[in-house]
Amino acid sequence: MTALSPRPRPRPRRVATARGRRRLTTIALAVVALVVAIVALGIGDYPLSPIEVVRALSGGDGFASTIVLGWRLPRVLAALVFGAALGVSGAIFQSLTRNPLGSPDVIGFSTGAYTGAIVVIVTGASSTLGTAGGALAGGLLTALVVYLLAYRGGVQGLRLIIVGIGVTALLHSVNSWLLLRAQNEVALTASFWGAGSLALVGWPQLVPALVLIAVLTPLVMMLSRPLRQLELGDDAARSHGLGAEGARLALVVVGVALTAVVTASTGPIAFVALAAPQLARRLVRSAGVPLVAGALTGAVLLLVADLVAQHITSSPVPVGLVTLVIGGVYLITLLVGESRRSV
Amino acid sequence: MTERTPTTAAAADGSGAAPAPASVAPSPRLVARSAHLAYDRRTVSESVDAEIRDGSFTVIVGPNACGKSTLLRAFARLLKPRSGSVLLDGRELAAVPPKEAARTVGLLPQTSTAPEGITVAELVSRGRYPHQGLFRQWTTADREAVDAALVETDLTGLVDVAVDELSGGQRQRVWVAMALAQQTPVLLLDEPTTYLDIAHQYDLLDLFARLHLQGTTVVAVLHDLNQAARYATDLIVMKDGDVVATGAPADVLTEQLVADVFDLPCLIVPDPVTGTPLVVPRRR
Repeated sequence: MTALSPRPRPRPRRVATARGRRRLTTIALAVVALVVAIVALGIGDYPLSPIEVVRALSGGDGFASTIVLGWRLPRVLAALVFGAALGVSGAIFQSLTRNPLGSPDVIGFSTGAYTGAIVVIVTGASSTLGTAGGALAGGLLTALVVYLLAYRGGVQGLRLIIVGIGVTALLHSVNSWLLLRAQNEVALTASFWGAGSLALVGWPQLVPALVLIAVLTPLVMMLSRPLRQLELGDDAARSHGLGAEGARLALVVVGVALTAVVTASTGPIAFVALAAPQLARRLVRSAGVPLVAGALTGAVLLLVADLVAQHITSSPVPVGLVTLVIGGVYLITLLVGESRRSV
Repeated sequence: MTERTPTTAAAADGSGAAPAPASVAPSPRLVARSAHLAYDRRTVSESVDAEIRDGSFTVIVGPNACGKSTLLRAFARLLKPRSGSVLLDGRELAAVPPKEAARTVGLLPQTSTAPEGITVAELVSRGRYPHQGLFRQWTTADREAVDAALVETDLTGLVDVAVDELSGGQRQRVWVAMALAQQTPVLLLDEPTTYLDIAHQYDLLDLFARLHLQGTTVVAVLHDLNQAARYATDLIVMKDGDVVATGAPADVLTEQLVADVFDLPCLIVPDPVTGTPLVVPRRR
């Protein structure tokens, strides 16, 4: 026994350093998000220095204030909040499925939301609200179908992912079929929506989404501890007095709702939910998939991706394309890494 | 707490529900009464009766697939009986609020998963879940319980080490520590020594014996009859989903019983170290 356990070390300080380092990294991520946001608010046809941006935010002079608060802030805020929501959603699903591939976009929710949006656009009810509603319904319906198909007296991670991938493939073909049958302009509108963009997000679109996310946030906080217990396996979690299946269902609902709200507002934005939690886990070196750091990483990731989308070429591209490219590279790295580890 | 008097006079009649002698009469902590235990379509026990004496070190033994782990899962609230009942301190276990039950009965499951990168101290501290409210912060009581569990399992030197980096024996001690941090008067152990080398097996069993001496009611599923005889105050022997014998190891463990239950002809001699029954298989 003694041979196995090294000489006792002063415990309180060592744990404090481990937790302290994580907290410090998380705070650093928050600072990065804030700095990038301020920079982003200054970039554009009418460039502003960070100081001018801060002055405009605190209600300074007329024109700069109009630009920052009225034009640029909704988009930057959307990138931050939506990125954070996607990061949390991804963290929840990756933790539940115990798999870095278990993110809502891989499992098919985004594709389902797209299907819902196309159906609404094709049938001619293409107001912004109608499209958002269609996307919301499509995403939730897909989630329900995937959950039920994967249910065998409880839902297991890998089964959820595999069923999700299957349903995604199916929905992709449905989407193509719908677009091919549609008239040109309608198909164009739908395709534009399907690329995922923050360009059309102003205050009117942003406020309802912010309200919904503000409602979901305390739920996530309440469920964060049950999520940590579920990581220990169902037997351990239940022997600690957790209703495992109920907690899992609640987490699935909240995770889907977060992705659905974002997707309804912007169209599907790929890979933020997939990559952000894993990047955060490596940065913070946390136990399991971190929620707060995942949110912050998602916020930074989407904001930077949107900056690239706006300014990389003379004509802006949808941010969904940028995240798709970043995410594709990330996914290949992940898969190569996983297959090396398992060989 | 270490007395080895049998709880039942007629131990081998197949009924675990026989009353204890009137002079002792400790009310049992856990009782299974005509419990029908089954998974989806597979019935494990048609109607099983068993009870766990307060302050006992009860070991459940029996051949593979005899239902001993299933009985333990029923006691741990992981499996609800189809019919019959499982009682905790006289109350229907299923009706006890989950967190309250989790403050009374702890479990070391057969398999658990540690999140990647989690440290020993963090994992052990998750055993405090049943003592925490929705938003309640970490308290002094939580910290003291975790510290005590780490000392008890001799892990104080490894608190900040990642669980992935530990050996099998150390890792099992971490899971035990997590169950100890739960501070339950009843501790259920599902094959706690499986996959460990012999020295680590006895390290753990000694730890459980120490906990038992301190007043914890310990219930373990074990495969090794000699270990069971050495550590148990009460033995529950199961076969084909039924309890076939209960009582002190010295009374229960006979050559006839081992032959009947395990289909193993054997000789039973006193353990030269402890005097408890030692099962020595004969040549077949």
